[in-house]
Amino acid sequence: MAEAAVLSTGSAAPPSRRRRNWVPYALLLPGILWLLIFFVLPMVTLASQSLQEGNVDDGYVFTANFSIYLDALKQYWPQFVRSFVYAGIATGLALLLGYPLAYFIAQKAGRHKNLVLVLVIAPFFTSFLIRTLAWRTILSDDWFITTWAQNLHITDFLQAVGLTDNDSLLNSQFAVIMGLTYNFLPFMILPLYTSLERLDPRLIEAAGDLYASPWQTFRKVTWPLSLPGVVAGTLLTFIPAAGDFINARLLGNTQTTMIGSVIDSQFLRVLDYPLAAALSFILLVLIVAMVSVYVRRAGTEELL
Amino acid sequence: MSEQSKGDLSLVALTKSFATFTAVHPLDLTIPQGSFFALLGPSGCGKTTTLRMIAGLEEPTGGRIRIGDSDITETKAYQRNVNTVFQSYALFPHMSVLDNVMFGLRRRGDKDAKAKANEVLELVQLGQVANKKPTQLSGGMQQRVALARALVNRPDVLLLDEPLGALDLKLRRQMQIELKRIQQEVGLTFIHVTHDQEEAMTMADSIAVMNAGRMEQLGDPATLYEQPRSTFVANFLGQSNLLRARVNPGGTDEMVTVRAHDVDLEVSREHLPDGVGDVWLGVRPEKLRLGESGGPNHLRGIVRDVSFSGVATQYSVEMPWGQELIVIQQNDGSNRATLGEAVTVSWAAQHGFALDASQDAEAGAELVDDHG
Repeated sequence: MAEAAVLSTGSAAPPSRRRRNWVPYALLLPGILWLLIFFVLPMVTLASQSLQEGNVDDGYVFTANFSIYLDALKQYWPQFVRSFVYAGIATGLALLLGYPLAYFIAQKAGRHKNLVLVLVIAPFFTSFLIRTLAWRTILSDDWFITTWAQNLHITDFLQAVGLTDNDSLLNSQFAVIMGLTYNFLPFMILPLYTSLERLDPRLIEAAGDLYASPWQTFRKVTWPLSLPGVVAGTLLTFIPAAGDFINARLLGNTQTTMIGSVIDSQFLRVLDYPLAAALSFILLVLIVAMVSVYVRRAGTEELL
Repeated sequence: MSEQSKGDLSLVALTKSFATFTAVHPLDLTIPQGSFFALLGPSGCGKTTTLRMIAGLEEPTGGRIRIGDSDITETKAYQRNVNTVFQSYALFPHMSVLDNVMFGLRRRGDKDAKAKANEVLELVQLGQVANKKPTQLSGGMQQRVALARALVNRPDVLLLDEPLGALDLKLRRQMQIELKRIQQEVGLTFIHVTHDQEEAMTMADSIAVMNAGRMEQLGDPATLYEQPRSTFVANFLGQSNLLRARVNPGGTDEMVTVRAHDVDLEVSREHLPDGVGDVWLGVRPEKLRLGESGGPNHLRGIVRDVSFSGVATQYSVEMPWGQELIVIQQNDGSNRATLGEAVTVSWAAQHGFALDASQDAEAGAELVDDHG
């Protein structure tokens, strides 16, 4: 019996191994093709576009005009800085709001878990644009939120710290950051939920058993074990938020323009393709640089 | 806090009820300082709930918990000088073995945390893996890390929740001896929760047998085994042959006779509960002898099953009334019986014990084999 089994696997092994060799590649193929066509190719086009000179009517010639990158940075650095600051604040706020919620869903919601998760995802059933437009209503001057904020002197406070310019909430840095936070919150909650869901509640009991107060338990056990979720969540929030232009356009003013808006208008309104391409490339490089520093400093390789 | 007064652990009418059932009925128990104590019972008997209440992980519905003079009922888990070795070990996966062991000491701001942790790791023979992550260790090693992590804090009471449950048999035997050695070396109070009667008897100084949220019997392993006070204890700790019998009037101060299936049998008076007429007469399989050499109590039957296991042979002897008695004969050179042979089974009066016949003769028996 055993001998027969050994013999049969022995003779069957070479063909199956040969097949197994190309199967993973075959499975990778659609993904690779997709990336080639929709990522690598546009990237190459974009890079070459940024180094061309000319205009839409007369066509473009490749001139290896690298100085455009310096000019773009020189001209638009405030928008770059603003984008990263807004995205950073929105990411921080989303983390503050999302972490307790994700913790609750993962550890305490019990049989309501799925319901709460659906509620988190529910906003996706409407379009991004509609949801952001809704914030124009929510923050409008004649809506109770603004009135309340005025009565509670929140508007005064926001004005004092420079997040708004006047007594209203709309068309301000405040509104843009709120919009970004709101729109990308689910991207923060879901990865946090996944990593907090895996957290063994017995570890929390063990920490308590070993004299850790609830706060120490959080700092020494819960937080480090949820770091993969924190890193994933902050990346998924920060990256799209930094390139976003809808929130700045719909909720901000001329002083809150983000780099996404600049790229959008250079591409679609000014039709300065090389500059738009250069700006896109700078944004890409800056984000990749920041993310790699961040991931390395978070030291999550072994946790992921 | 580390200078808390130490002393015996006492549970006073400790109770835990959930919405639909009572996990622990009022429980009174004193566990002497420095003893190795076992809470033994089948799953769902309330032993783990009791342990979690002592640890502070479960809030009692009623009653008090004291260590020496201090009442710790109201304190939180992290304020108690009590540590637990969890069934699943619950080691922190993101910390090294050393950091795991230092966790409790660090929370208390102990300056010598590292030295103490290393010392305890040596005690459990894990000094060489201090810098590894728990997931890189085998189950047995993880178990010892969990023990070290609790032990290093020198708690007033160390709780062990089925600590050997996940280990294979051989490793479990080894760890039982190890645990006992460590307990004697450090002299702390150990409370060991287990469903494994053999484990409890091997390790503990005294055992509380629990069933359905109540304590059935408390005593040292030998007393529990030789003189069980209920059919549950008789069946859950080892095997018992239980014969339905009626106490004959009279008898002497030492001896009473009971009549079982028209045979008069002797039993020591001290093994007979007061004031009962109908009893289960119990005798352990290894106390029975084939032949008449065992003592004055004789029963005749036919061998229906023989199984030889090296150290001993187990016989099943059918009585005229149909009941089968289990007889275990040591492999000491005495004659072996063969299948179908008519034999006499005998035993001494002091080896029998009588239990109130109002109990179920099967109580606890079906629970012995089903542990995972």
